[in-house]
Amino acid sequence: MPHAVPYRPLNGHARGFWLVLGLLGLAIAGGLGAAHLMHHEGHIITGMTNQVVWGLPHVFAVFLIVAASGALNVASIGAVFERPLYKPLARLSALLAMALLIGGLSVLVLDLGRPDRLTVAMTHYNFKSIFAWNIFLYTGFLVLVGAYLWAMIDRAGARVYKPAAYGAFVWRLVLTTGTGAIFGFLVARQAYDAAILAPLFIAMSLVYGKAIFVLFLMAVCRASGRPLGGVVLRRLQRLMGIVLGAMLYFVAVHHLTNLYASEHHGIEAFLLRDGGPLTTLFWGGHVLLGGLVPLYLLLAPRLGGNRRALSAAAVLLILGGLTQVYGLIIGGQSAPLVLFPGFEVSSAFADGVVASYVPSPWEVLLGLAGVAIGLVVAVVGCAALPILPADLSDAAIDPDHVADTLDEQDGALAGTT
Amino acid sequence: MSQPARRDVLKSLALGGGLTLIVGPVAHALAPRPPGQPADPATRWALLVDTRACKVDCAACVDACNREMGLKQPTDPDFDPAHDAQYIRKVTLRDPDTGHTTAPPVMCQHCAKPPCVDVCPTGASMQRADHIVQVDKHLCIGCRYCMMACPYKARSFVHQDLTDQKPHNPRGKGCVESCNLCVHRIDRGEPPACVAACQRDGGGAMVFGDLADPNSDLNRRLAEAGGHRIRADLGLDTGVYYQGL
Repeated sequence: MPHAVPYRPLNGHARGFWLVLGLLGLAIAGGLGAAHLMHHEGHIITGMTNQVVWGLPHVFAVFLIVAASGALNVASIGAVFERPLYKPLARLSALLAMALLIGGLSVLVLDLGRPDRLTVAMTHYNFKSIFAWNIFLYTGFLVLVGAYLWAMIDRAGARVYKPAAYGAFVWRLVLTTGTGAIFGFLVARQAYDAAILAPLFIAMSLVYGKAIFVLFLMAVCRASGRPLGGVVLRRLQRLMGIVLGAMLYFVAVHHLTNLYASEHHGIEAFLLRDGGPLTTLFWGGHVLLGGLVPLYLLLAPRLGGNRRALSAAAVLLILGGLTQVYGLIIGGQSAPLVLFPGFEVSSAFADGVVASYVPSPWEVLLGLAGVAIGLVVAVVGCAALPILPADLSDAAIDPDHVADTLDEQDGALAGTT
Repeated sequence: MSQPARRDVLKSLALGGGLTLIVGPVAHALAPRPPGQPADPATRWALLVDTRACKVDCAACVDACNREMGLKQPTDPDFDPAHDAQYIRKVTLRDPDTGHTTAPPVMCQHCAKPPCVDVCPTGASMQRADHIVQVDKHLCIGCRYCMMACPYKARSFVHQDLTDQKPHNPRGKGCVESCNLCVHRIDRGEPPACVAACQRDGGGAMVFGDLADPNSDLNRRLAEAGGHRIRADLGLDTGVYYQGL
């Protein structure tokens, strides 16, 4: 059954609420304008070419879609793993999951060469395509999480609470596997073609989703004057640290297994050593600033419960996540495709050379609009529905206030997720 | 080696003629396809490129393809190598150990198990009954997943509005396109433009034929000297063979 906690929507009449919506609206208008221009002029105005066919919009779209399934994790811990401390946050978790997915899908659709043919995509399916499967996975996710959210809000939906919670949990794992498989199934691309991309994407989703969830929670509580206790933040901090460690582990395994096989030495040398800005982004952006630094901020004992460390880590994880997806998508396409192993190759179609890619302002605007769309859905949802608990202070959500005992359970809890 | 006796030659010719009579006319020889008649699933149109006869500096096939399909020539002043479509390109290969250099043409390899068809969400990327792989421009939504999946970089995306299109090759901004073996010519009973140009103006390195027809010139040459397929390790059963690589 849903946890009995009083909820209080955001004040829809507050000036700050409309200011935020106005700013987000501007960002969305900018993105829609950019998409209109791309549709009218063609992708010639973007940085994309016949070599780098997926650009910055895909980076934002994949990041948001992956983060969406991870944002649901807080709700899943409460309902599936029976951790009552997380139950008051489950509604926000579900809403953010839906919001981020809608934001990501919007970017994906607006970046199509023919976005006007969306109806074709919805009426013609090739069931061997993981892309087509993802259309069902995404819509199914929205339906399941929507039902889950309804069951949490409306007593009439209490009967479907457990099935929807379990269904959404399993579905989100399958969904992220499907997103990873979009790349994992690209057998010809040396940077992809790896089954480990599926679990890596699940680990990425846990990291990105939690980072966005924590930042949104802290920001919205601060903006609406809602008490936010340290117990739940401390728990989330450690959990984020553990899933970040898991993600870095999968990244390391991915590259180390590639380094074992001679046929992959070329792509690894490119990504890890010779890729210029891409290599710098990998080591500096993804590994250091988006990995090791937040790992310290999240797991260093003396920073436990430090809100600044937590919010700084969350910001770094979001930026590091975008860097990671950029490296995966752009790096994988920039590396020359190997058609003739053992030969030096050249052609008028960029065979044998590193493809360059510089994102255009239009792509930046479109990507940011996806973030803004997700945030608008989340903010409006928090104002229109009883999503946010009125009080998240330690005493309110943890009546027994047994913080020490809870801390001891962290390891076991994280192990189950 | 002694010269064959005239009697033996005549005997061979007679035997060959008799066999031809028994087998009958070549089952899937290049002939016009009547309107309304579907493509023959028993046919497997394919190409053979003898790289030893393909001169490094010859681009007759590329020029012919661009002319036939209404694409820009690389020599055009406004040609944009990053964005303009290239259905066929010459790829210069140099063996770093020996210095041996060849420049075979590379185009859509018309795989029997094409990854572009597998990944296309709408079925726009499709395979005709006679195994020609092409794009249904009415169904393409421009997602470019097929370009990500193609191991041969055979596909191009139309990045902007186009003018002066060929009626037999309608192209649309925002859609993906590639070599379709000049399907309009094949249906008229003519070989692809690249092959015709190679035979006429190039070194005669390209042969077009039906891989499913044991009597085709293409099959005979393959039986004699074998053939290599690009990235054969991927198991895609491509329809373009190379000799001399």
